[in-house]
Amino acid sequence: MEYPELVIAPPRRWSGLRLGELWAHRELIYFLTKRELQIRYKQSFFGVSWAILQPLVFAFVFALFFGLVLKVQVPGDIPYPVFAVAGIVPWQFTSQAITAGSGSLVLDADLISKVYFPRLALPISKALGLILDLAIALVVVVVVTLAYGVSISSMVYLVPAFLLLGVVTAFGLATLLAALNVKYRDVQVLVPMLVQILFFASPVLYSGTIVGQTSGEIWSYLYYVNPMASVLDGTRWALLDQPAPSVGKVLISVTSASVLLVGAVLYFRRAEQFFADII
Amino acid sequence: MSNEIAIEVRDVSKRYEIGGDQAAYQLLTERITERIKSIGRRPKPQEFWALRDINFEVRRGETLGVIGHNGAGKSTLLKILSRITPPTKGEARLHGRVGALLEVGTGFHPELTGRENVFLNGAILNMKRREIQSRFEEIIEFADIGPFIDTPVKRYSSGMQLRLAFSVAAHLEPEILIIDEVLSVGDLAFQQKCLGRMEAASKEGRTVVFISHSLPSVVNLCDRAIMLSEGRVAAAGKVGEVVDAYVGDVTSDMERGIRDRRRQGNGKLRLIDFHLEKGGHLLDSPMTGEDFDMVLSFEKHTQEALRGTRVNLTVFTLSDQTPLLDLDTAQTGESFSEVPAEGEIRCRLERCPLPAGQYYVDVRIDAGGERLDALNHVAELTVAEGDFHGAGGTHQPMIDYRTVLVDHSWSLEPRAEPSAVPATGQSPSISA
Repeated sequence: MEYPELVIAPPRRWSGLRLGELWAHRELIYFLTKRELQIRYKQSFFGVSWAILQPLVFAFVFALFFGLVLKVQVPGDIPYPVFAVAGIVPWQFTSQAITAGSGSLVLDADLISKVYFPRLALPISKALGLILDLAIALVVVVVVTLAYGVSISSMVYLVPAFLLLGVVTAFGLATLLAALNVKYRDVQVLVPMLVQILFFASPVLYSGTIVGQTSGEIWSYLYYVNPMASVLDGTRWALLDQPAPSVGKVLISVTSASVLLVGAVLYFRRAEQFFADII
Repeated sequence: MSNEIAIEVRDVSKRYEIGGDQAAYQLLTERITERIKSIGRRPKPQEFWALRDINFEVRRGETLGVIGHNGAGKSTLLKILSRITPPTKGEARLHGRVGALLEVGTGFHPELTGRENVFLNGAILNMKRREIQSRFEEIIEFADIGPFIDTPVKRYSSGMQLRLAFSVAAHLEPEILIIDEVLSVGDLAFQQKCLGRMEAASKEGRTVVFISHSLPSVVNLCDRAIMLSEGRVAAAGKVGEVVDAYVGDVTSDMERGIRDRRRQGNGKLRLIDFHLEKGGHLLDSPMTGEDFDMVLSFEKHTQEALRGTRVNLTVFTLSDQTPLLDLDTAQTGESFSEVPAEGEIRCRLERCPLPAGQYYVDVRIDAGGERLDALNHVAELTVAEGDFHGAGGTHQPMIDYRTVLVDHSWSLEPRAEPSAVPATGQSPSISA
């Protein structure tokens, strides 16, 4: 009988992405994701309806303050609540995925110091759990849009592509921060600040297409280095026929998100060797 | 058992850096201040080799015991074999699927039901979902938790949690099983069941590495053993021989003066003697219920004041290494600020709560987060029968366990019938 051979040796400095190992542990990722959802919705009165309520509440608050009180102008003649909810839903996913993902390793420190498994399974399962919420919340976006009598754009099939870019961005940041958090616990303090900064740097409440109109074209390109600019503007274009970001700008976003993801996973893979020793 | 090799360990070493890059997590701000402070002079992290040039082989179907003192490197070896931490040097080759059991119940989530936890825990231990499904009935039957399988685990008693967790682990079927001290859990009956389960595993041709403090279970379960001492393999061979070597080692080390014993720590402070005193006189063996002092004589080998020196004495039963007393300056709120060049540390134990029997003592002395000196088994303690409660006579336990004695009292009263009995009535009571 042939047995698989496992070689345990000192780590190399950079050990690659090793995605095959993740695939071999897909059932673990499945059960960890299931744990996420079960814990989140067990013993809560509203249960899964939180996934619907949360974006609705935020959209209502923003519509009240920015739409009615401050009268923020949005392109086209769509009502502000529709504009807001289409930005808030993807944004909520991103901010929650960054927060939950960056704390995921420290939260399961016990597991890390007692059992071997690919550590990436932890931030991955956090992100997967939130994707389900995102899917539910998207239904809310469509309902709100139709309720205001706004028609859905024929480009709606491109929405998942832009959201995928958001998932890549959020997961990249979460992975990087999770690995750093094992070593430096200040990261826990920095994450909420970082999320705040990202919030203002992303077109959640305003349209990203206005950036650079007064301050020069170069700024509008730099602005799209933040992949969330393409995620939000792109989603609103594909869903509500809002002004589209140019292909060049979207490519800038795709590039920076990819660099972020690959860099983050490489760093994570390098650092994970010593998680159990320092966590 | 065949001649096929299941585990090969070649020159495996593991280095930890104390105060260096790999030290426990820190705050970024701290790190930056440290860097600024250390401009010009390189910070020199202290090195500590937990394992040094470990070599051994395990044949397929064999059960290997790993024994050694606390701090000898047993758990580091286990963490390397189970891939939790990588070696610094050397290589280990394992042929076959590996299952490691480090601590029963890791990954159990209190909010999830027993059923949900079985699947999650199984996945964490790298079992396939189909495997768990096909063995599910067996797992819950072995755990003996009956109808509670769909109740959240937080409502379980700790015994139930433990049984369920062990049961999942016991139904792992890897070709190589690495086990750490799991047998020290649960009640006696359940321990027996687990031992049986492990024996069956090795009969089925599985390779087992069993790391334990408990010499009787190592002798019972293992064919061969290795003994680790200060991170090296000090003895290897048939289990009987290695256990004898270990016992001999403990004895011969005990025969040396404390000054020359094996120890850990940076040596800034060094213990040179340990003895018992009562009322200023040397004492051989204290009695249960008696006041006495444990006296540690030391020499200081540094100019530093050693502020905040913390001393810990742990008293274990000699037969099965169960810790019974944890005496610590950090508990009583005392710490010694100015340590003289030579002196004595004295720990008074009032009304010795240990029942008659044999014990041994470990000592640890720290200051400022550094270990100054630490000796396992610094001395043995024979406690003679005595009267703890002052009730006349000595204590004859009703049960097999040995526990410390504590003050307590009892009463027994007839059930009060509030409506019929007037409140003024005297009720008889029994006190002990």
